[in-house]
Amino acid sequence: MDLKGKGAIVTGGSRGLGAALGSALAKRGARVALVARERAVLEETVAKIRAAGGEAHAIVEDIGDKEAIHRIAGVAAALVGPIDLLIHNASTLGPTPLRLLLDTDCEDLERTLAVNLVGPFRLTKAIAGSMALRGRGVVVHVSSDAGVNAYARWGAYGVSKAALDHLNRTWGAELDGTGVRFVSVDPGEMNTRMHADAIPDADVRTLSEPADVAARIVRVVEHAESLPNGVRVEANAASPRGREEEVA
Amino acid sequence: MSPASWPRLAPLEERLLVVDPDRDRFTAHRVRDLAQFISARDLVVINDAATFPASLRGTTAAGDTIEARLLVSRANTWRAVLFGAGDWRTRTENRPPPPRVREGDALVFSGGLHARVQRVSQESERLVDLRFEATESALWSAIYRHGRPVQYAHVKAPLALWHVQTPFASRPWASEMPSAARPLAWEIVLALRARGARFAAVTHAAGLSSSGNPRLDAALPLRESFEVPADTMRAVATTRAAGGRVIAVGTSVVRAVESAARADATSGDTDLLVNERHALRAVDALFTGMHEPGTSHDALLHAFAPAPLLSRAYAHAVANGFLGHEFGDSMLIARGALSDAS
Repeated sequence: MDLKGKGAIVTGGSRGLGAALGSALAKRGARVALVARERAVLEETVAKIRAAGGEAHAIVEDIGDKEAIHRIAGVAAALVGPIDLLIHNASTLGPTPLRLLLDTDCEDLERTLAVNLVGPFRLTKAIAGSMALRGRGVVVHVSSDAGVNAYARWGAYGVSKAALDHLNRTWGAELDGTGVRFVSVDPGEMNTRMHADAIPDADVRTLSEPADVAARIVRVVEHAESLPNGVRVEANAASPRGREEEVA
Repeated sequence: MSPASWPRLAPLEERLLVVDPDRDRFTAHRVRDLAQFISARDLVVINDAATFPASLRGTTAAGDTIEARLLVSRANTWRAVLFGAGDWRTRTENRPPPPRVREGDALVFSGGLHARVQRVSQESERLVDLRFEATESALWSAIYRHGRPVQYAHVKAPLALWHVQTPFASRPWASEMPSAARPLAWEIVLALRARGARFAAVTHAAGLSSSGNPRLDAALPLRESFEVPADTMRAVATTRAAGGRVIAVGTSVVRAVESAARADATSGDTDLLVNERHALRAVDALFTGMHEPGTSHDALLHAFAPAPLLSRAYAHAVANGFLGHEFGDSMLIARGALSDAS
């Protein structure tokens, strides 16, 4: 997909990978709506993109809130036009330090699924119909290695990402042939606040920079037509150490 | 006809009346049967406007209660129809008139949204142009947080935003749901596509169906913005050239496509009135809701079928418990839809 002039939504857009994606997409000429909960940080990110000559808008909403879904879809389309690219980047780890499943409150698992799985389902449901009608669109799910391999203390998060990957595959199977493409991307381990929350003592030299990973994801989006629908790809820029070693 | 008073759970089970002007006949079905009346050569055109929460509550400078129902505009001013005290629970025609406003008056809507009256229409004092202080994200976010979907007294409870979106919603241009597309579940869209039928989008700013003022109601529909993508215009031309039918989903699609065909433009504002005197240039058939005789939506149907057939069909629908309004049953008016056997 050629990004010039296209409408894009990036959730979790205030910092880390989301902010880097917003900036990379705006550089390619996309019109970007960034969604996040914290107004101040989000507006700062939008201001930076605008200062660099890109188009970006702030939408202060929580993807885990059912009431927010049509507000996000409507406000974003009003500001950037029909949505051609939807990147589900927002996610929560649940309470940190990360807990064993036996120590996880059921409500915390529910909240993790609401933000990481049900929210993306709802937002895609609100937008993918218009994409399929117009015969084009790309939906990206930001996944994790924890959705494939089981790590102690990553239960709630890992379960949500495994389900997100399967949601991605099923969307791809159902809408194959309509022109709407679905892809799941494992960004690898990045130097972000989220990573620091999960693994405070990680050696940052082993972590990828969000801007490098964002550039790889943008390339995946630009070539989405040549990938099988619903595919999962890895976009990690650095070679990660074993995660088990880090959380031990 | 009784209104559907709430969204129903299984759109494919809703009723469908198929009217064939060529055979001067109609038959009753369910929406799930739609595929048998649409051929592989047909093009189905859908309005992809999302419905925004266009009803804002506020007060005038004098402290009087006011409700504004917004009409989207591509400029920075918004047209609005004003109402007085009360809300949708009271029938529109029984609502007290809005407090009188003049050019330059300040209005404050919920969420602290400030607006100024730019112009009061010659047609009616209820029809004004508003300019909001907020712009872009701040304005749209405030409308989405504090506005309510426009609804009428036949609906039994307050509607949520998701109740008034079709399965194709994109940009928020519609003040009322372009409801003809509402029962078209993707199950049926993908089935039609698999049989070879094609789909295309237009965006049309479906406005208000009632203003509460007889003079203004007589002038409905007001001028509305439309956009027909070049792809859609091309698909209309190739479909007709190949002997297929262009099937409009809803009256707003008829207005958009016929306006584009007349103006030879892909976007603009239209006050085109489609009725029995209108010779269709680009649309061949119509899938729409059940429209009450005498309304502007009903007048549009007469461009597709003769009045006696439409009244017989409507009477049959009433007698057989079809439901009306935005959550109601559907009608397909298409030449050649019914074979001699059906």
